[in-house]
This record gives sequence, C-alpha cells and structure tokens, in this order.
Amino acid sequence: MDPSFIWSELVPALNDGLLVSLLLIIPSAFLGLLLGILAGFSRTFGPPWLSRVASAYATVFRGTPLLVQLFMLYFGLPNIGVYLTPYVAAIAGFSLCSGAYHSEYIRGALLSIKSGQIRAAESLGFSRFRTMVHIVLPQAMRRALPGVSNELIYLIKYSSLAYIITCIELTGEAKILAAQTFRYTEVFLIVGCYYLILVSLASVGLRKLEDMLRVPGYGKG
Amino acid sequence: MAGEELLRVEGLNKMIGGTSILSDVTMSVQKGDLKVLIGPSGGGKSTLLQCINLLLFPDNGRILLEGNEVSFRRKREVLAYRQQIGMIFQEFNLFDHLNALHNVSIALRKVKRVSSRQAAERAERELTRVGIGEQKHLYPAELSGGQKQRLSIARALAMDPAILLLDEPTSALDPELIGEVLGVIRELSQKGMTMLMATHQMGFAKTLAQEIMFMEQGQIVEQGGPQELLSCSDVQESRTLSFCSKINELYA
Repeated sequence: MDPSFIWSELVPALNDGLLVSLLLIIPSAFLGLLLGILAGFSRTFGPPWLSRVASAYATVFRGTPLLVQLFMLYFGLPNIGVYLTPYVAAIAGFSLCSGAYHSEYIRGALLSIKSGQIRAAESLGFSRFRTMVHIVLPQAMRRALPGVSNELIYLIKYSSLAYIITCIELTGEAKILAAQTFRYTEVFLIVGCYYLILVSLASVGLRKLEDMLRVPGYGKG
Repeated sequence: MAGEELLRVEGLNKMIGGTSILSDVTMSVQKGDLKVLIGPSGGGKSTLLQCINLLLFPDNGRILLEGNEVSFRRKREVLAYRQQIGMIFQEFNLFDHLNALHNVSIALRKVKRVSSRQAAERAERELTRVGIGEQKHLYPAELSGGQKQRLSIARALAMDPAILLLDEPTSALDPELIGEVLGVIRELSQKGMTMLMATHQMGFAKTLAQEIMFMEQGQIVEQGGPQELLSCSDVQESRTLSFCSKINELYA
C-alpha cells in the first residue's frame, strides 16, 4: 500500500465519485419509494385494471436484471426518439427497479392493516382517499419500514451499476483509476470501505427513524 | 320522550354472496330514543347497522334522516351523511398509530377541517366526558378494553352525530369492564342522545330501552317495549322471551 497514492490520488477521485453516487442514490430513494407506495396501493386497493397495471410493472421490473433495464433506458429508448442523459437514465432505472420491490413490502404492510379501521374512518366521514392517507399509510409505512430499509440498502449498492451507462460515480471513478494505475487491490478495497460506511450510516439512520416512529402496541412496543 | 322521527328505514334489502342478509327491513327511531336490537348471531343486526351507516350499501330500500332521503350514489352526500351517524364497533377499531387525543381529533381536523387547537380542545372534552381524560396521551394498545370502547365512543361523539349506532359494544369485554361502558351509554341516553344498539345485555335493555326489536333471518320478527316483550304474563310466549331466557340460563 502506498499512502501517498491513496491520499493524493485515490481519495480525491473517490470523493468526486461519492458526490455523484449520492446524487444518484438520494433522488432514486425518494422516487423509488413514491413509486412503490403508488404501486403498492394500486395493487392492494386499486380498481382491477389499475391493480393489473401495477402488478405487471412489478413483474417486469422485478423479473429482469437491473443492468438490462439500464441498457434499455439508455441504449434502447433512443430507438423510439427518447434520449436520456446517463444521469437521468440511471435515476429512472434505479427508481423503477426499487419501486417494484418497495411495492411488494408495502403491499404486505397494507394487507396487515385490519379492515375495521378503514370502516371506522369511513364511518366518521373520511373519504376513501383521506382514509388511505391519514389512517392506512402511516401504519403501513411503519410496518413496511424494515423491508423498505433493506431495499434502500440494496439501492446504495446497485447504484454502482451506473458507470456502465457512462454515469461515472464511485465505482466508475475507481474503475478508471484502477485501470490507469493497475492498483486494483488498493482501489477496490477502499471503494468497498466507502460503500460499507454509506450502508452503515444509512442503517443507523433508518434504525433511528424506526425508533422515532415506534408506537406502543407494535412489536416490542 | 316520544318525539319526532329521526331516522327511518324502509324496505331495506341486502344480499351478500347470494344469501339474503336483510329482507325488507322497515323501522324507525324517534329522537332521544334508545332502541335495542337483539337476536341470534347471523340474524342481520350488524348488517342492518352497517347499511344504516352506508358502510354497506343496501341493494334497495330507502333511508331517511330527519325526513330527508339519503342518496346512496352521490359520494359527497354519502360522506356528509356518515358524519351524522356515529358508529361504535364491537372490536373498537381504534386508530392504532394515534394516541387517545388524536384518535378523537383526527376526524375533526381532516374531515371537518377544524383547527388543530380547537380539535384538541374538543377531543379533550369528549375524553373527559367518557371518563378517560387522564389517558389522553396513551395509545390504544395501552388502554384496557373498557377504556378502548369509551375512547371509540368519544371519537364518535366529537363529530356531533344525530344518532349513535352501537354494534354489540360490550361483547368483546369481560364482565367487569362491561359496566363502565354501559355506564357511559346510560348517561348519553339520559342526556337525550338517540341510539340504536345491538346487544345481548338484556338487563340493560330492559331498564333503558324504549323499544326492543328482535331480528332473525334478516327480518324484524318482533318489536315492542321491554315490558311487552319480556313479561311472562303473555299466554303466547314471545320469540324474544324464549331467546332471552336462554341467555339468562347461560349467565345465571
């Protein structure tokens, strides 16, 4: 190991990459979760046609490799006249894939909310939509959170695929530097640490969130 | 208290999965009355209450509240109507993620669009009225069964309903807790709240109900004052009496 290489070349390059990674992960996390909530609700409570559309979405995006999805978005869409920048294509791919998985966790959580509470809300004059937003969603999200956290952690790691469609993020920077210097071991060891730290921070944050949202009567109370 | 007619149900029919649950039910509740629905499980009591609240839509028939016919089709009208009909469920159906105060105030804030402060004040008053003001910061999971049911009564009362429908409000409670819930219901009745209640608490029905309706196989087969239906002097034993004597045997 050469400390001067690590501190003067590797770390600055990786920090640039880290910024791009975060710019990929954070919007994709929110968009993916939003898609997951919409798809989860559509599949559970939507009219039959909407439920079928949402299920088809989940089947396609859970059933094909993320890499294939990214290639389709970046290299395939131009065939029908849609040109996405690498950054936009990566975010679209991550959000769509992540949303499909989220929808499954959220669907499970929605199914666990007793229908009695929905009836109680409706008996108080809540519309179906307001019942979902104010009564069902806050409870379902608490129950879905462990699964959703898991998916967010996956997202951090599969953001490393973005460099393949030329969006140079953490892994991309590492790949370039490793190829130039041929120091594969050092470079990828350090990159591994970057991801490990990112994931650990996310886990701690999500765990804190879980504790904050804890309500007596759920799990260990 | 024979006042004006508050709620009238005419020719209500409801089929669920090919079985007729309600057949041609007609009944009415006068303002200030406490009416009791009794009868065997599966007799249609729950379905009738849910149809009155339009949680289930009747297949046909009419519902009139204070003389105005309720439209089943117009969404907005249904939502406004439901606000006027309070509903108490056997299994409480409290909102598990909200503390007692918010269980009561959420509908005020989100449905009636009352400001947070006013909603909280109102909620606190209702909680005190049912005797759980001290527990306002506790969550449903931290309350006893009796407190849960009193909370659900407070939640319904906060909406200023014209009538309260109670679907076996004490059936999920142990005998010690039944008393505290019945106490709240008794007090409401004495203050003039109009109520329609499905119950197996015959003693309670006998002393407080203006009228008892016996439901079986989706029909109201007998109705009348408690004395009329429950006295043994009748030559012909009423269906209600024979049902009640079975309940009494069980608990005697």
